[in-house]
Amino acid sequence: MSWLDRLRQGLSKTRQQFQDAAGDLGTDLQETLTRLDSIEDLEYALIAADVGRAATEEILADIRKSGKSNLQDALMEALTLQLEPDRRRAQFRQLGFTPDARRTVVDPRGHVVMVVGVNGVGKTTTIAKLGEYYLGRGKSVMFAAGDTFRAAAGAQLGVWGERLGIPVVGGPEGGDPAAVAYDAAAARAARGTDLLFVDTAGRLHTKHNLMEELKKVRRVIDKADPGEPADVWLVLDAVTGQNGLAQAKKFHEATPLTGVIVTKLDGTAKGGILIPIVRELGVPIKFIGVGEGAHDLQPFDPQAFVRALFDVEVPRD
Amino acid sequence: MFEALGNKLQDILDRVGRESKLTEKQVKEAMREIRMALLEADVNFTVAKDFVARVTEKAVGQEVQGSLTAGQTVVKLVHDELIQTLGGEAKQPTLSNEGNVFFLVGLQGAGKTTSAGKLAAHYKSKGRRVLLVAADTQRPAARDQLEVLARQVGVPVLKVNDHETPQETKRRLDEFLKTDFRDLVIVDTAGRLQIDEALMDQLAALQTELQPTETLLVVDAMTGQEALNVARVFDERVHLSGLIITKMDGDARGGAALSARSVTGKPIYFAGVSEKLTGLEPFYPDRVAGRILGMGDVLGLIERAQQADLKAMEVKKPGDFDLEDLLVQLRQIRKMGPLGDLLKLIPGMSRALPEGFNIDEKQLQRIDAMISSMTIKERRNPKIIDGRRRKRIAAGSGSTVQDINRLLKMHEQMKEMMKVLQRLSGPGGLGKGMKPPRMPPMPPGMKR
Ligand SMILES: Nc1nc2c(ncn2[C@@H]2O[C@H](COP(=O)(O)OP(=O)(O)OP(=O)(O)O)[C@@H](O)[C@H]2O)c(=O)[nH]1
Ligand SMILES: Nc1nc2c(ncn2[C@@H]2O[C@H](COP(=O)(O)OP(=O)(O)OP(=O)(O)O)[C@@H](O)[C@H]2O)c(=O)[nH]1
Ligand SMILES: [Mg+2]
Ligand SMILES: [Mg+2]
Repeated sequence: MSWLDRLRQGLSKTRQQFQDAAGDLGTDLQETLTRLDSIEDLEYALIAADVGRAATEEILADIRKSGKSNLQDALMEALTLQLEPDRRRAQFRQLGFTPDARRTVVDPRGHVVMVVGVNGVGKTTTIAKLGEYYLGRGKSVMFAAGDTFRAAAGAQLGVWGERLGIPVVGGPEGGDPAAVAYDAAAARAARGTDLLFVDTAGRLHTKHNLMEELKKVRRVIDKADPGEPADVWLVLDAVTGQNGLAQAKKFHEATPLTGVIVTKLDGTAKGGILIPIVRELGVPIKFIGVGEGAHDLQPFDPQAFVRALFDVEVPRD
Repeated sequence: MFEALGNKLQDILDRVGRESKLTEKQVKEAMREIRMALLEADVNFTVAKDFVARVTEKAVGQEVQGSLTAGQTVVKLVHDELIQTLGGEAKQPTLSNEGNVFFLVGLQGAGKTTSAGKLAAHYKSKGRRVLLVAADTQRPAARDQLEVLARQVGVPVLKVNDHETPQETKRRLDEFLKTDFRDLVIVDTAGRLQIDEALMDQLAALQTELQPTETLLVVDAMTGQEALNVARVFDERVHLSGLIITKMDGDARGGAALSARSVTGKPIYFAGVSEKLTGLEPFYPDRVAGRILGMGDVLGLIERAQQADLKAMEVKKPGDFDLEDLLVQLRQIRKMGPLGDLLKLIPGMSRALPEGFNIDEKQLQRIDAMISSMTIKERRNPKIIDGRRRKRIAAGSGSTVQDINRLLKMHEQMKEMMKVLQRLSGPGGLGKGMKPPRMPPMPPGMKR
C-alpha cells in the first residue's frame, strides 16, 4: 500500500465526519455566502473539526475574498494555506503553483531529535515509528528512554527497541532523565550513529518544574554533543481540542519546536487544532500517526491532508 | 488565550442596562457568546446548540432577580444549567459487600492504567481488598506498567496472558479469588478507537465474561469535539455506567466532560488531577461548570483556603486595601500551594491576567522583602513613601528604586482590580460561594 493510500485510509473517517458536518451546505459559494445560515453552518463545521474560533474566522474571511464560486474549492484552498507555515510556499500556492508533494521526505536537521508532549499523546510509540521509518531509509538509529518517571515507560521503549533491532540507552526508574539523555547523546556521538531519538516523560505544559526539567534535558544534550538536539518535535494527539494550541505554545517557549507530529489520525478526530498551531507558531507538521504499529507513520503534506479530508483527487506520488 | 465568558457577557450586558426583564434580543446576543465560549471550551457543537436552546427558553422574559444585574442573571442561569447538565451533585459508585468489578475502557492514552492504579489506592484506603487485572495485552509493557502501580499501592495484580480467551481470563480470575478473597476487582483494558470494530468486539466479549458492576469510560480532559462520538459509541457498545475525566490538572477547560456526560447521561465519578497515585478526586459539577465558563473554580479556591487554615481577613473596602494587608495575604496565599494553580481558580482572574502570565515564587519573596523593609506607617499609608523613603526601602530589601516604584504602582492597580471584582461578584453573587474574593489579584508585570 502506498503512503497515499494509507493516508487516505487513515483519514477516511475524518473525511466522513467532516462531510457529515458540512454536508448540507451546498457547494455554490456565492449562494452560500448570501445565506447567513450556511455561513453559520460552515463555521460550525470548522469548529466541529477543532479548528477553533479565531482560525475559523480567518478561513471564512479567506473564502469570502477568494472570489471562487465553488465552496469546497475555496474551503480547501483556505485550509491548505493555513497549514503552510512557509510564507513563500504559501504565496506560491496562492498564485496557483503547487509545491512538489514528492519532496515530502522528512530529514532531521542534525543527529538528535528530542520528542516532547503532554501525557499519553503517543510520544513513545511515535519514536518507535520514527526508528522504523529511518531504518527503512538506510539510517542507523538509537533510542534514549528518557521517561524515567512513568511506570514501565523504559520497558515500553525497550520492547520496541528489541522488536526493531534498535539499541536503547536507559536509566533506572525514578532516575534523572537528563543523565539518560546525556549518556545517550554521548554514546551516539562516539558510535557515529546517524540518529538518536530521545523519549521524554509526558508532562502538562502548565507544570513549571517539569518544563524546566525539559529545558535541562535539552541543555545536557547540547553539552554532550554541541549543537544538538537540532530538532525538537512536539507530539500532538489528533483528538485534542483547543488546549492543543496552549500546549504547542508552552512547549515552544520551553524548548523551541522544529516540528509537530500528529498522532491517532486513524480515529475519527479531525486534528483541526493543527491549523491555529501552524498559523500561530509557524512550526511545520512533519508526520502523522495513523495506527499503533511501527509502520503507521506518514510524512505530512498539507495539500494531501486537506484533499484527503474532502475526498478529492490527490496528485500521484 | 480565550476570553473568559464572564468578560464578554459583562460587556454585552453592560450595554443592556438595568431593565427588570430580559428581552429576547438581549438573551439572543448573550447566547451567541455563550455558544462560542462553550465551543472554545471544547463542548461539542451539538451539545452547545442544545444547551443554548434550553437556556434561551428559560431566560427570555425572566425577571432580573433581586440585586443581580441582567448580566449576572444570565450568567447564573447558564451556570446553574451547566451544573445540572454535568450531573448536579457529586456522585460516587455504590459498592456491594463483595463481587464488585470495575471495568475501565477508553481511547489510547486517556489514562486508564493510571486511573486503575489510583482507584486501587483510593478504595484500599477505604478498607477494600482490591485486585488489579492487567488485561491490556496489546501495548508494549502495559501489564508491567500496571504491575508497578499495583506494587506501589500494595495490591496484587493478575496479568492476562497473550492470546488468552475471555473465558480463560474469567476462569483464572475465579481461581485467584478462591484462594485470596477480594471484594473489588479493577480491570484495566487496552486503549482502542471506538470505530475499531474488531477491538470493540473483543472488549464487549471480555465484558460479557467478567460481568462488571461498573463500566467506566476514561476521558482525557483535553479532548476536543470528538468526545461526544467517543462516549456515545463506547456507551452503545459496552453500556457505560460512569465516567472518569483525567488530566484535569492542566488548563484545558474540560468541555469534553460536558459532551460525554450529556450524550451518555452517565455520572462523572472521578477527576484525575495528577500523574501520581493520589491524584484522584470526586468530580464536582459545580466547580467544573465554573471552569468551563472561564469563571474560575470558586469552590475549589475556598476549599484550599480552608485547608491552608487561613485566618479570615476583615473584608475591607477595596480603597482601604493597604500594603500591610497585601503582605499578610501574600504570606497566607503562599501557604495554599503553587500560585499559578490558585490564580486560575479565582473568578475573573482570566480577564485580569495578561496572556502567558506566570508567577515566579522568587518575585513574591522579593515583594515580601520590599514590604518588610517598610515601616508600619508606610505600609498603612503608601502615599507617604517619597523618593527618600524609596531609596531606603530599596537598600533595605536589596532591590532597586524601580522595583519599589513598580510595587507601589502595582498596589494601585490591584485596588482598581478589586473594585472591579467586587462589582462583578457583588451582593447576590453569581452563585453560592461567590463572595468578594479576599485575595488580591497578582500584579501584571510579574511574568517569569
Ligand atoms: N490509534 C492510534 N493509537 C496510537 C497512535 N500513536 C500512539 N497510539 C497509542 O496511544 C497510546 C499512548 O501512546 P504512548 O506512545 O505510550 O504515549 P506517550 O506520549 O509516550 O505517553 P506518556 O509517556 O505516558 O506520556 C498507546 O496505546 C499507543 O499505542 C496512533 O497514531 N494511532
Ligand atoms: N497530569 C496527569 N497525567 C495523567 C493523569 N492520568 C493519567 N495521566 C498520564 O497520562 C499518560 C497516559 O496514562 P495511561 O494510564 O498510561 O493511559 P492509558 O489510557 O492506560 O493508555 P493506553 O493503555 O496506552 O491506552 C501517562 O503519562 C499518565 O501518567 C492525570 O489525571 N493527570
Ligand atoms: Mg511515553
Ligand atoms: Mg493502559
